[in-house]
Amino acid sequence: MRSEGGIFGNLDWSVVLIYLILITLGWFNIFASVYDAESTTSMFDLSINSGKQLLWIGTSLILISIILIVDFRIYESLAPLLYALFILLLLAVRFVGVEINGAKAWFQFGAFRLQPAELAKFATALLLARYVSTTGVKLSNFKNQFVAISIMFAPIALIMLQPDLGSALIFFSFSFALFREGFPPVYLLTGLSAAVIGVLTIVLPMETVAVVVLGVGVIWVLLTSRTVKNILLTLLIVLASIGFGFGFDYTFDNVLPTYQKNRILVIFYPNTIDQQGAGYNLNQSKIAIGSGGLTGKGFLEGTQTKFGFVPEQSTDFIFSTLAEEHGWVGSLVLVALFMVLLFRITAIAERQKSQFARIYGYCVAGIIFFHFTINLAMTIGLFPVVGIPLPFFSYGGSSLWSFTIMLFVLLKIDAHRTQVLTRG
Amino acid sequence: MLENRRYIIQGIFVLIGVVFLVKLFALQVTDSSYKFKAERNTRTRVVEYPFRGLIYDRNQELLVYNEPIYDLMMVPRDVYIADTTKFCELLNIDLETFTKNMKLPRGHSSARPISFLKKISHDEYAHIQDELYNYGGFYMNPRTVRKYATTMLANEVGYIGEISQNQLNIDTSGYYRSGDHIGLTGLEQYYENELRGERGVSYKLVNVSGIQKGSYLDGALDTVPLPGKNLITTIDREVQEYAEWLLEGKRGSIVAIEPATGEILAMVTAPSYDPNLMSGREFSSNYQMIAADTNKRLFNRAIQAVYPPGSIFKTVQALIALDEGLIGVDEKIKPRKMHMGDHAPIQPYDVPEGIKVSSNNYFFEVMEKVVQRGDDRSIFRDSRLGLEKWADAVEKYGFGSPLGLDMPGEEGGSVPDEITYDKMHGKHRWAFSTIYSLSIGQGELLVTPLQVANLGAIIANQGYYVTPHLVKGLEENGEVTYLNFDKISTGKSNEYYPAIIEGMVRAAGYTAGVAKIKGVEIAGKTGTAENGIKDETIDHSVFMAFAPRENPKIAISVYVENAGWGGGAAAVTAALVMEKYLKRVIDHSGWFDRETYIKESKYLDNLKNDNH
Repeated sequence: MRSEGGIFGNLDWSVVLIYLILITLGWFNIFASVYDAESTTSMFDLSINSGKQLLWIGTSLILISIILIVDFRIYESLAPLLYALFILLLLAVRFVGVEINGAKAWFQFGAFRLQPAELAKFATALLLARYVSTTGVKLSNFKNQFVAISIMFAPIALIMLQPDLGSALIFFSFSFALFREGFPPVYLLTGLSAAVIGVLTIVLPMETVAVVVLGVGVIWVLLTSRTVKNILLTLLIVLASIGFGFGFDYTFDNVLPTYQKNRILVIFYPNTIDQQGAGYNLNQSKIAIGSGGLTGKGFLEGTQTKFGFVPEQSTDFIFSTLAEEHGWVGSLVLVALFMVLLFRITAIAERQKSQFARIYGYCVAGIIFFHFTINLAMTIGLFPVVGIPLPFFSYGGSSLWSFTIMLFVLLKIDAHRTQVLTRG
Repeated sequence: MLENRRYIIQGIFVLIGVVFLVKLFALQVTDSSYKFKAERNTRTRVVEYPFRGLIYDRNQELLVYNEPIYDLMMVPRDVYIADTTKFCELLNIDLETFTKNMKLPRGHSSARPISFLKKISHDEYAHIQDELYNYGGFYMNPRTVRKYATTMLANEVGYIGEISQNQLNIDTSGYYRSGDHIGLTGLEQYYENELRGERGVSYKLVNVSGIQKGSYLDGALDTVPLPGKNLITTIDREVQEYAEWLLEGKRGSIVAIEPATGEILAMVTAPSYDPNLMSGREFSSNYQMIAADTNKRLFNRAIQAVYPPGSIFKTVQALIALDEGLIGVDEKIKPRKMHMGDHAPIQPYDVPEGIKVSSNNYFFEVMEKVVQRGDDRSIFRDSRLGLEKWADAVEKYGFGSPLGLDMPGEEGGSVPDEITYDKMHGKHRWAFSTIYSLSIGQGELLVTPLQVANLGAIIANQGYYVTPHLVKGLEENGEVTYLNFDKISTGKSNEYYPAIIEGMVRAAGYTAGVAKIKGVEIAGKTGTAENGIKDETIDHSVFMAFAPRENPKIAISVYVENAGWGGGAAAVTAALVMEKYLKRVIDHSGWFDRETYIKESKYLDNLKNDNH
């Protein structure tokens, strides 16, 4: 209704500050990861990644300006259109995209490449927020649940076809927003249980897993009520779980290609998987991180970094550069920055009067959280190596642009929160 | 109600953050193994081999030095060969060798260099280097190889080669690594620690492709290679070459010692080999060839062959009897009867005359006085007591065990004692009459040519010797450190030596008349060693001598196998070698050309296979 102090007065400067810190640190680490002491190439040279990243940072600042100028209401209105556009692009990339690392996920424009899956997250977040905030939509209603899940799964399916497992996984981050809006926890618990059973079948014989699941069922019955209904229901769940376990085990052993299987197995058995082959990336990444010590080797002093031992150093494994050169203290600073950022975003989401804005805020928090978690987990061997960039840090235009857009759209909407009527 | 889910979500965020920080703490701070792994990734050890010490003769003439050779190195990943046949022709290898050398050992990174062809000579190097630009992934790595200024002295200098797994297993120094070179025989082996120097090690940083990116810790752990020490030997190169030339085509040995110092002036074993064959790329095949030769070219007769000493030993019998006071210098002893065959007439002899004519029966009497002294009424007991004293005395003259030459492989020969005969005949079941052939150096006595030359030195010195040696000093940075050697006395007194020397001077003129040096008085004693092989009728010719009589400068032993009596081949060879040393030139005047006599083996023409 009225603007108090204008856009700059209402902007959440703490988030802007964290954003600027992260992209600056990221840029320095990208330089460290491509640094060659014998080369005279400057940090700003466009032939190396640090120079190019500066270009991406510059364009991101332009994007930010545009976002801050454009009317904040446009995102809610345009959500269906954007979503449709990215679904089309995800389809198109199947046919006209270029293949990199075995995934047909990129459009090539001259020297630059764009990954539609990155911005598809943004479009999906917008549409999901718009749908769930529509009057009459209740996430306790099965039909509404189905539509929400479908909005989430359409891009997942298309991205899996590329195939880009890592990007697809990110779309599950919308579960946070759905959960916050009342999505029944039983679904999430089911998903979580399935994940736990899956992991168990990898590390334990299937028979043992069956016994464990049965044991959990028995304990459940003993702890709750011993009515026939409860016993039968529990038995049904137990049998379903065991069935799922068998199916998962079979798929893992017989359907999954060996290279993917090895990427998973190396998490559990780091020393038995060929460290020159499937285990190479993880092993070198762990060496780089582990050798950093408490305070690190110093900026540009990381030997594993400088001498090219860690593959994909400036993109997916950028964390290993930071951890090697700045040690555990550096890791602590990074983790803390992300924690502050995530808390800040949830706080911003919670203070929204509009449900659309709140849902969108949680979507952004979820996406950043998933990226952060999966990226760090894969560099230290807690998660299979899937190509997921570290937000604001990793080298790459698509990634930086999409995170910048997502974050600043939220900040823009937040800056106008007082102009919004509460809808319900 | 639903607002509270915010805390669940935030709780999950914090949980993950804490999990990461704990895991990272374990990885980065608690677990130190990654630090080692990181260093293993980036640190490579570069070895710089030191120059092996040079070997000089006594006059600072170079005998052994180092020559550059090259290893052709290959970086498997970068290898580019357009035409294999041409490549093989360039390197002068066959396709089979090519295929074999291309194969990498298990686990060898294709980015790490490996030697493709070793020991390429300097000449081949220039030729190959010109063409190498046509091929990718190859470069030349310079090293050095042993070179010999003279083809002589092969068995004494020895050779070097790659250390064997066995040697590595027993090596306690921890210095050696697989692929290192080590002295395998001769001086190269004995003085290995002095010659090898200390290798330099530097640690370099390498990137993932194995390319060097500077020093590790700015070179704090690096060491520079220290060149080995040079050996100053006692060998007189000219005399050595001359002596080897004399024995060419024969079997035998020559050992010449400077009596006052124990320095070995020349040490010859024949047949020998060209030491350059044991260096360079054909080492293995050449070694096989030399080792398989029935002439035993790797057998150093001078220190490893053992012979019965024969008549030469009569000097020792006289020395022992005189030292114990059992005979007098001028005492004439008449053999009681013909105890054994003899060229000398049965008549009374004093020490010089006994030695001069080499009377077997006179020395029977002399040794009987040593062995049967009448200390016991039983001749068996008496002989046993006497022989014990005799054997002890003989050993004082350097017999029965190695002299301690600074070279591996020296044999000690053997001196029989009472235990020897107890074993053969039973205790108290033998007497002097059983063992009397010892008195003329036959029987169970065995000596090496080195020990015989040393005996010459003892007599020349009148009662002592200095442990014979081939190296007198070690040179480091132009400074020579001289080594010390033990001086060993042989008897209680030495006033009787002039009689022995007088006998040897007379003997040289009497039994070895052809062995003369103009203007120099030689003291010598001939001997004939039975070769012990029944169908070979010709015995070994042996001569022990020193010269000049006053203030002796050289003592020598010469063995020429199957050359007959000692006064012929051995005596003439000894005279020539001593003349070469004393005068530097050989006098060819006179009707009798001694060199022709030896080189053309004329001594075989008129063989008198006698026991002089």
